[in-house]
Amino acid sequence: MQNIKILTAGDSSLLVEFGKEISPEINQKIAATVRLIHDQNIEGVVDVIPAFCSLLINYDPRIIRYEQMKKRIEGLIRVDVRKGSQIRKIFEIPVLYGGEYGPDLPYIAQHAGLSEEEVVKIHSSSDYLIYMLGFLPGFCYLGGLDERIHTPRLANPRKKIPAGSVGIGGSQTGIYPLDSPGGWQLMGMTPVKTYDPSRKVPILVQAGEYIRFIPIDEPEYLRIQELVKNGEYECAIRYEKEEA
Amino acid sequence: MGIRIIKAGMMTTVQDLGRTGYQSQGFPVAGVMDVRSFRIANLLLDNPENEAALEFTLIGPTLEFTADTLIAITGGDFQPTINGEPAPMYTAIYINKGDVLKFGSARTGSRGYVAFSCYLQIPVVMGSRCTNMKSSIGGFKGRKLQDGDYINFRIKRRYLRFFLSRTLDLDEFDQEDATLRVVMGPQDYMFSKQGIETFLNSEYTVTSDFDRMGCRLEGPFIARKEEADMISDGIAFGSIQVPAHGKPIILLSDRQTTGGYPKIATVASVDIPKLVQRKTDHKIRFKAITVQEAQRLYLEEMEELNEMRKKIHQPCREVLECRQTARRMRRLFEAQ
Repeated sequence: MQNIKILTAGDSSLLVEFGKEISPEINQKIAATVRLIHDQNIEGVVDVIPAFCSLLINYDPRIIRYEQMKKRIEGLIRVDVRKGSQIRKIFEIPVLYGGEYGPDLPYIAQHAGLSEEEVVKIHSSSDYLIYMLGFLPGFCYLGGLDERIHTPRLANPRKKIPAGSVGIGGSQTGIYPLDSPGGWQLMGMTPVKTYDPSRKVPILVQAGEYIRFIPIDEPEYLRIQELVKNGEYECAIRYEKEEA
Repeated sequence: MGIRIIKAGMMTTVQDLGRTGYQSQGFPVAGVMDVRSFRIANLLLDNPENEAALEFTLIGPTLEFTADTLIAITGGDFQPTINGEPAPMYTAIYINKGDVLKFGSARTGSRGYVAFSCYLQIPVVMGSRCTNMKSSIGGFKGRKLQDGDYINFRIKRRYLRFFLSRTLDLDEFDQEDATLRVVMGPQDYMFSKQGIETFLNSEYTVTSDFDRMGCRLEGPFIARKEEADMISDGIAFGSIQVPAHGKPIILLSDRQTTGGYPKIATVASVDIPKLVQRKTDHKIRFKAITVQEAQRLYLEEMEELNEMRKKIHQPCREVLECRQTARRMRRLFEAQ
């Protein structure tokens, strides 16, 4: 990848630009670089923030200077990430679609010219790549929403969307990690907490991993909700080999 | 035993150097705005460099102490008084149980800090005691302080060696104009040559849209090369983003973790305090320096702080003179 650029972002950060498009390949390269940085335990690195096609690295200039840092990163991005050797980590997120849990599902279906059942089937039948986290703690930017169910945002955003809401905003889908204002079309709710500050690991998922939505009914929703409340629920995780 | 917040002031929060290491998961770093003033306050009390302190903005709080402690006040001049008497700044001060520390409005600067030798009893959330108001975590109940809040102390510590030496020169915040040194990038390549020239040669005005998230500036339009789409990326402390309206916004402690506007430059760490201590209508100019220069300035400042630390760990001149006096007196007695 010769078009990778290392750019200065002040005296304590540098930005690695891997390209100018949103693609799984670029994102995979970024996730691999993040892993390498963590594995190598570079002294002075404070935080590594992956985005769609870039990586911001915050560092402490008292410990490592710009030239050294740049050299280390140049070394890392030369490492070839072989395709086919990757294992997909897929979080199975249970979702109760429709009704009072997903008040905009009828609109999404109407906009797509499909039935609600078809929309749910489409939404829950692909693995979504987590391109990056941002906006709110634990908010995932997911890629791969089927074009048939792309739906414009609400003209008038809601003042409060409850944590756990699953929705569609334009070509994106995602989960609200905490109560927040927002303009996405809400199609369901998950009882799983993607963000829980009292948990040892507050954020469930990381960039580079995948999410799959699993439709559930109300009794199951209430059962999981109870387990989550008691700290007894563990999200199912599936591992799959990426096709070469 | 601790402090009662009699009046909270305009925006008073518990802060430290920030919740680093979680920006990749969407957590704003938060932390103090003026890192230098914060560091000096802790340094005066021999506190760990990241010990939590109170940060206040434009109108300071009134605190009542329910235990003895030592404090240090730094940052802008909020005309502090203790039981009605003017209190010194950039100095370690003894506080007795029952004392009332009152801050007024900012005569100079816009942010003040007070650190405590007995440490604030604030739980550590994900490695930090700082308040992140947007996610309601950290600090005191995840929010700014309110009248009537009560914060305990964690330890009893009321002795400091070389107590009389613990005073430093005041940082002055009374100038209204500031030139901020910046490192160009990361997306300076998205701006036209003329846009860069405008940015570096114009005067910008601090607007009232200035909080812990960022500072909006008013001034000449900064032109881009073309309206190329920009894909969101991570944001550093002091990033200067320029949305389509062409006016710079400098992103500060409570900034979002990622953003989708091109960032023309980043303020040098040593100059961020200059910015965060400005008020509405103050003027800002930008001057480009290299990343090497910015890092050199940063290391110099760290060295300067070390010198301060050394200075307050020596017996003060009065004490030395006092010993000389005692010696002379002893000779007198011995002569008799």
